[in-house]
Amino acid sequence: MTAVFAWIPLFPLAGALLNGVLGIRLFSRRAVHAVGVGAAGLSFLASAVSFAGLLGAPGASVTRTLFTWIPASLVSVAGGRAVPVSFEMAFRYDSLAAVMTLVVTGVGLLIHVYSMGYMAHDRSYARFFAYLNLFTFAMLVLVLGANLAVMFVGWEGVGLCSYLLIGFWFTKDSAANAGKKAFITNRVGDFGFLLGIGLLLATLGTVDTAGITAAAQGGLLTPGLATAAALLLFLGATGKSAQIPLYTWLPDAMEGPTPVSALIHAATMVTAGVYMVARLHALFTLSGTALTVVAVVGVATAVYAATMGLVQNDIKRVLAYSTISQIGYMFVGLGVGAFSAGIFHLMTHAFFKSLLFLSAGSVIHALSGEQDMRRMGGLRSRLPRTYPVFVVGALAIAGVPALSGFFSKDEILAAAFASGRYGVWAAGLVGAALTAFYMFRLIFLTFFGPDRMDEEAKRHLHESPRVMTAPLQVLAVLAAVGGYVGLPRVLGGGAWFGRFLAPSVGEHEAGIAGGTELLLMALSAAIGIGGILAAHAVYVRKEGRPAARFVERFPAVYRLVSHLYYVDDVYNKVLVRGVMRLGSILGWIDEHVVDGLVNGAAALVRAISRLAIGFDGEVIDGAVNGIGSLSRLIATGLRGLQTGFVYNYALAIVLGLVIIIALVVTIL
Amino acid sequence: MIPINAVFGLGLLLFFIGLFGVLFRKNLVIMLMSLELLLNGVNILFAGLGHHLKSPRGSIFALFVILMAVSEAAVGFALVLSFFRSKKTYDVDEMNELKG
Repeated sequence: MTAVFAWIPLFPLAGALLNGVLGIRLFSRRAVHAVGVGAAGLSFLASAVSFAGLLGAPGASVTRTLFTWIPASLVSVAGGRAVPVSFEMAFRYDSLAAVMTLVVTGVGLLIHVYSMGYMAHDRSYARFFAYLNLFTFAMLVLVLGANLAVMFVGWEGVGLCSYLLIGFWFTKDSAANAGKKAFITNRVGDFGFLLGIGLLLATLGTVDTAGITAAAQGGLLTPGLATAAALLLFLGATGKSAQIPLYTWLPDAMEGPTPVSALIHAATMVTAGVYMVARLHALFTLSGTALTVVAVVGVATAVYAATMGLVQNDIKRVLAYSTISQIGYMFVGLGVGAFSAGIFHLMTHAFFKSLLFLSAGSVIHALSGEQDMRRMGGLRSRLPRTYPVFVVGALAIAGVPALSGFFSKDEILAAAFASGRYGVWAAGLVGAALTAFYMFRLIFLTFFGPDRMDEEAKRHLHESPRVMTAPLQVLAVLAAVGGYVGLPRVLGGGAWFGRFLAPSVGEHEAGIAGGTELLLMALSAAIGIGGILAAHAVYVRKEGRPAARFVERFPAVYRLVSHLYYVDDVYNKVLVRGVMRLGSILGWIDEHVVDGLVNGAAALVRAISRLAIGFDGEVIDGAVNGIGSLSRLIATGLRGLQTGFVYNYALAIVLGLVIIIALVVTIL
Repeated sequence: MIPINAVFGLGLLLFFIGLFGVLFRKNLVIMLMSLELLLNGVNILFAGLGHHLKSPRGSIFALFVILMAVSEAAVGFALVLSFFRSKKTYDVDEMNELKG
């Protein structure tokens, strides 16, 4: 049954082509979403069937080569050997790919359905669904790619779709700029990713993920090379997954429509970096340095982004920083060697974060496009279907026990503790407290307290249609119970998720005593609940006064955080302006040197042609005219002979006759 | 018997007198007359040489030339008359239109 897996990406591709080529002009709205949602649905069905097949054959890894992309040619690799290297357009399906395809197509399907309601009034309905399907296709190519070359195609494909969808409302300047920012920032990461692929190709002569894994486990890579390759690949991951230092594009990406934020900038694309590291876990495990870098960057991002989430007033931006922070946790999991824990958090995060984004979209929809939490409040009773699912999502991300986020985040923190990196573990706990606090700040500001909308928004206030709230309810169920697939042994579970993934990403045992593990769990649960209570105290009981007082007392701190640590400004001043200046220097060179050369060449040609004109006029024309006047001169002379007098002619005849006779006589 | 040298002398004398007349006289009628003289010089040569060589061919050619000279004279005088009608003169210096 796993054989159908190669079909998974083809449905969205067909949907994207249909909607993109025909749909924009020809299809009715009904036809557009039938094609778009249908493609996502079929793809999900194929994923589910493949997954069922894989359950029957645990640990299987099926590779299907569609065609040879680049035929074999000899590439000389490290050690002076020349090996034939060919690039196959091949897909591979194993437990990691199974989890990823299920998440991508499952959450993707729900978001497609949601979009039918959210985008109902948009003029570019078909374009939206075409992009959404194209994105799904690219993401599936990324997770199914059997080698890094195919993966890179998907990697770039999702980047392109991200750009297209962030700038979906491209008539708005901020959206168009945000799209460009996302794309260009990702280029920096992609540069590293591509170099990493090239390094592996040059060293091992293969880019096949299984080949790389085998080579890494077979000791074909020196630690230095492994570190270099892993760090280069990780640079790509920081770009795609919005980690320090390449995270600045993600908050701006919120300019895109909310379903896009949910699908691309929360559930799937931004986790591509996590997936890639997990896929190449054998390479990363070889290098302790690389793993430490991954863990430290992860935890630093987790805490750092959480602090910025505390001061945002835009509901979607809070969630954006939260996403950055949560992906940081996933990298912590990877960095401490618990790859399955990272993927576990990836999955639960996909559930609760897309739930949060879509719920936020529902709130925004209800308020006619208002995103500022300072003009919300008191929506609890006005949005009776959105409110409970939003709270479920927030509880899940805050790490309240029994919900999905608790299990996955706790597994990561336990692994960090077990690995002996206590600093990482402690910072992770701080981040968890901040997460709970800013998430419930959002809930309390949005749904509790007095309403602060303007009259216009209040008049149009309405709960979202069923087509939007139904996917929310499905996601809420997943966010609540999704964690039970990885219920740890100490709580009586079988840690099934980790065992399922083990053939793909390796076994990981926390290696800490059951009692300690329970203690850690209790601690992180207490921290999550503490954060929620603190948020309640600050924003409900005291109506935000402590926060205002804090700002008054420490204005410098507030300014620093609310200006996002001035990172954007520094990037703008140093990098963007530096590049601009370089551009203007190059422009000057272009204008003065290159154009000078071009103009000089033109002037030279003009001078030559002027010479040629002179030559033409004087010599050629001179020769032609000369021949003319010469013949005129001769004619003038000869004209004298033709007198018109008969006797002259007769004389000439006689003379001629005499001469001829004389000649004849002489010769004879 | 007339000596052959006398025949040559008379024939050539008449021919060159005729030739001189044709080339250097300015009166059309005189020119035509000179032309007849020229032809008759040739006739004397034909007839005399034929007689000298005991061949009838010279006399036959002389008869042809006489015949041709008659028609030439007829046509020539007709042309001279028509020229005189248009120009009112016999002077060949007035007759200079034979050029491009």
